[in-house]
Amino acid sequence: MKIAITTSGNDLNAPLDTRFGRAPMFMIYDLETKTFEVVDNEQNLNAAQGAGIQSAQNIARQGVKALVTGHCGPKAFRVLEAAGIKIYNTSAATVSEALELYVAGNLAESTNADVEGHWV
Amino acid sequence: MRIAIASGKGGTGKTTVSVNLARTMGVPVQLLDCDVEEPNTHLFLKGDKVKEEIVTIPIPQVHEALCDGCGECSKFCEYHAIVTFGTAPLIFPEMCHSCGGCTRVCPKKAITEVGRRIGVVETMMSESITLIGGRLDVGVAMAPPLIRAVKERLQKDIPAILDAPPGTSCPVIAAIRDTDLVLLVTEPTPFGLNDLSLAVDMVRELKIPFGVIVNRMGSGDDRVHIYCQKEAIPLLLEIPDDRKIAESYSRGILMVDALPEYREFFESLMEKITKLGKKGRT
Repeated sequence: MKIAITTSGNDLNAPLDTRFGRAPMFMIYDLETKTFEVVDNEQNLNAAQGAGIQSAQNIARQGVKALVTGHCGPKAFRVLEAAGIKIYNTSAATVSEALELYVAGNLAESTNADVEGHWV
Repeated sequence: MRIAIASGKGGTGKTTVSVNLARTMGVPVQLLDCDVEEPNTHLFLKGDKVKEEIVTIPIPQVHEALCDGCGECSKFCEYHAIVTFGTAPLIFPEMCHSCGGCTRVCPKKAITEVGRRIGVVETMMSESITLIGGRLDVGVAMAPPLIRAVKERLQKDIPAILDAPPGTSCPVIAAIRDTDLVLLVTEPTPFGLNDLSLAVDMVRELKIPFGVIVNRMGSGDDRVHIYCQKEAIPLLLEIPDDRKIAESYSRGILMVDALPEYREFFESLMEKITKLGKKGRT
């Protein structure tokens, strides 16, 4: 199973980015093979609106089943829910820390958007 | 003739100029409050509301039984207002710009359009002035469709004054487009000058004849005047920085009613406007 983690870097020691919609990158981590690839999300950094929707489509295309991030807004939440992707919020500082928390089962599944949308 | 009152900077006196000019004209005139995010023209006029009309914009509705989840709608939509994952699409009404593209590209004809309320247009009669004003609903971000709805109610043969929102972005363009003349209201301060020059660029781009009105004369410096001279922009009116004007304004009374000495200011403005308007579009 693959999971997505929001980050601003390229490896496991990189900082976790607390934003979902406007995270610069997603680390797509494969829990079985313990390998990862990094997917660019740059196009969303300057999106006027709809960044969360587009990010959700972006990781859904990667076939992930879970997302570990800082915060998730209402529109992204709806898309992720429709795509069957579970959301886990964390305040972990790095990607590896977030990954450990997830693997150890220490993160609770989010049942609602935890922040307001930035637009409307 | 359609005269738009715009500014760039907010709070320079667009509404003050709009209502006083409308009152001074003395003939039947349409006054349009195009500042639909914060309409306030009605505060200065006494009269009865004669009509309130709900304005909607078209947004998609999917008939799930017809949808096979092909995703064409989602691919087409520039604003991510419709999103699919091999199932019936999710719709985000607040993102939709009402282009109708999704309904056209859908191979199964599964998408139709329904109305989404964005605000109201209110019509009020105050002696010779017909005030038509838009009021955007709280939480709605898209002003231009409501501004266009206000303008659709214009009657051709009656002169119109359009009170535009501040700024130089889409709502202002929607308000001033297709007018015959734009009056840019500013104040003699560095802020006033900065935003005036942005507004001048905007009006020149739209190729609409325009002139400048300086409000609160005496409160700042002469840079706006130097700029207008250099750019050969006609200075149509100077309204002094007079405490009595502020007092009448704060009571919701028109300057030309409370202070008759200012009536001739607006009469002379009307004459200059008529001359400028005759020159037509540049």
